[in-house]
Amino acid sequence: MTSLAHAQPPRRDRVWKNRVFMVAMLFSMFVAFGTLVVLLVDTILTGWPALDWKLFSEPPSTVPAEAGARPAILATLYLGFLVLLLSVPIGVLTAIYLEEYANRSRWWNRMIEVNIQNLAAVPSIVYGILGLAFIVRGIGIGRVVFAGALILTLVVLPTVVVASREAIRSVPDSIRQGAFALGATRWQVVWRQVLPAAIPGIATGSILALSRAVGETAPLIMVGAITYVAFNPELFGPYTALPVQIFNWTKQPNLEFQTLAAAAAIVLLVIVLSMNAVAIFLRNRYRKKW
Amino acid sequence: MKLSLGRRGVIVVALGVGASLVLASLAAGSASVRNPTYNLKKLSGTITADGSSTVGPYTTATAELFRRAGASKVKVTVGISGTGGGFQRFCKGETDIQDASRPMRLSEAQLCKDNRVGSWRAWTVANDALTVVVNSQNTWARCLSVAELKKIWEPGSTVNNWKDVRPGFPDVPLKLFGPGTDSGTFDYFTEAINGRSRASRTDFQASEDDNVLVQGVLGERGGMAYFGYSYYEENKSRLTAIQVRNPKTNQCVTPGIKSVHNETYRPLSRPLFIYVKGTSFKKRHVQAFIDFMFDNEVRIAKRADFIPLTKKQLKRARTSFHLQLAQAKRT
Repeated sequence: MTSLAHAQPPRRDRVWKNRVFMVAMLFSMFVAFGTLVVLLVDTILTGWPALDWKLFSEPPSTVPAEAGARPAILATLYLGFLVLLLSVPIGVLTAIYLEEYANRSRWWNRMIEVNIQNLAAVPSIVYGILGLAFIVRGIGIGRVVFAGALILTLVVLPTVVVASREAIRSVPDSIRQGAFALGATRWQVVWRQVLPAAIPGIATGSILALSRAVGETAPLIMVGAITYVAFNPELFGPYTALPVQIFNWTKQPNLEFQTLAAAAAIVLLVIVLSMNAVAIFLRNRYRKKW
Repeated sequence: MKLSLGRRGVIVVALGVGASLVLASLAAGSASVRNPTYNLKKLSGTITADGSSTVGPYTTATAELFRRAGASKVKVTVGISGTGGGFQRFCKGETDIQDASRPMRLSEAQLCKDNRVGSWRAWTVANDALTVVVNSQNTWARCLSVAELKKIWEPGSTVNNWKDVRPGFPDVPLKLFGPGTDSGTFDYFTEAINGRSRASRTDFQASEDDNVLVQGVLGERGGMAYFGYSYYEENKSRLTAIQVRNPKTNQCVTPGIKSVHNETYRPLSRPLFIYVKGTSFKKRHVQAFIDFMFDNEVRIAKRADFIPLTKKQLKRARTSFHLQLAQAKRT
């Protein structure tokens, strides 16, 4: 009883602080979430009337009633596919080297590590300028789909490397040691044990990186995703991408183009969100616990 | 050097156009200029156009109609890097057609020369009326003179209130919006109003996106902006266009197709150009494209909300085109 007598009810200012903190948290969440909801609802309401088959079947036009985004949608899917094809092997192999092979006491390996971390933070427009100078003009392949895919690969590569490294690092050492104990070579350990265990993490990271690439506008404008393209993209042909198309429609004087831009934004959102959904599915489906 | 860039630019074009005019008058006498015909379905190739965002829709509309007329194997792409940005590409030899809302500058001609791009052709393809707009609640400013516009926009101007523009105007803060310095519109307006290309006060809100300017003026009772006629045309119901007093006749003139065509909307009406690279002009599908452009001038202008060429301008441009064509075939 005596001890209870000492237990005072919470002091007034503590209750007050508690509430303030609660409100601050709710407010923060509301800012983040509310903005997203407002943006989504606004885009969907604006774009809904223009979201029809014409958007997928027709090329862009100066007359909004006739305009679609077929070349842009196809090029965005094409770019996404190429980026995946290019960035995953390079990114995963880099990650394997850094995690499994590299000797961290060597200065060059440490330098590579630091630089990859830094590259992940470089604004994408810088990659665009780099691509314009070295890929479009330097190698001279011009403003084609393949050049766009190479630049987007550069943009997402650091992210893929970092994500893959995290995934590989989370594979417990006991698995490696067990394999070594059974006489496996380093290659066999990596290929048969570490990599299969790390695949869910690698896949998730890669798809998230890819959905970033698909939404990128700035580097593509630098390397010539052109406004008006009426034909389907080819590997070494001119192209436009969905974000660039949206950007250009919002700049048109005719207000009906804003509706089209919103509709195209919905298409882009659906593409990105379905990629993220696949990533979440993979993570949940294949997650292992050790 | 920088002071006279604009005027020198005019000279560069004037030389080209002037030379072709002389030839034109010679050829007009012989009446041998015949309209060539192209079998559009048989043509193939690529045409890369870039440049002014004002002229871009015109080239785009041409490309659309060209494709529908049967030239589906000619792949036309149109970029909108701005007149300046487009000339940088044109003079690296990267593009076939350059859309320009102002004539090529001397420095750009030099760049073309340094990069051995070779010769080029230029034609006037449409007209534009630079339109000065104010908020629809602005009931006092109906007509401004060039001097008054200059007072507002000249370098170092400190006019920040409508009452300083003209005695009798109300005490309403003046908020200015204008295109960015990469735009040909900026070059043209500053030359026409301030007397010197690119000389402007700098404390206005600048954007390359004309819709931002429209939004700016919509939100400010004392707002003012200038941009190409098509942006005003699309926002007619929400913005008011200012009449500009013609310095010669002293009449207040409303911007529009009529006043551009009868040449009374001065000094803010301007021609819009395309430049075609000499080596590209030798190609049949490029020739067919330009030919198609002039054949369907009025239709294209209507489709893309442009002020079409006058009959006189069109005749002049076509004559020049046919002469250049004959010349290109000879060499």
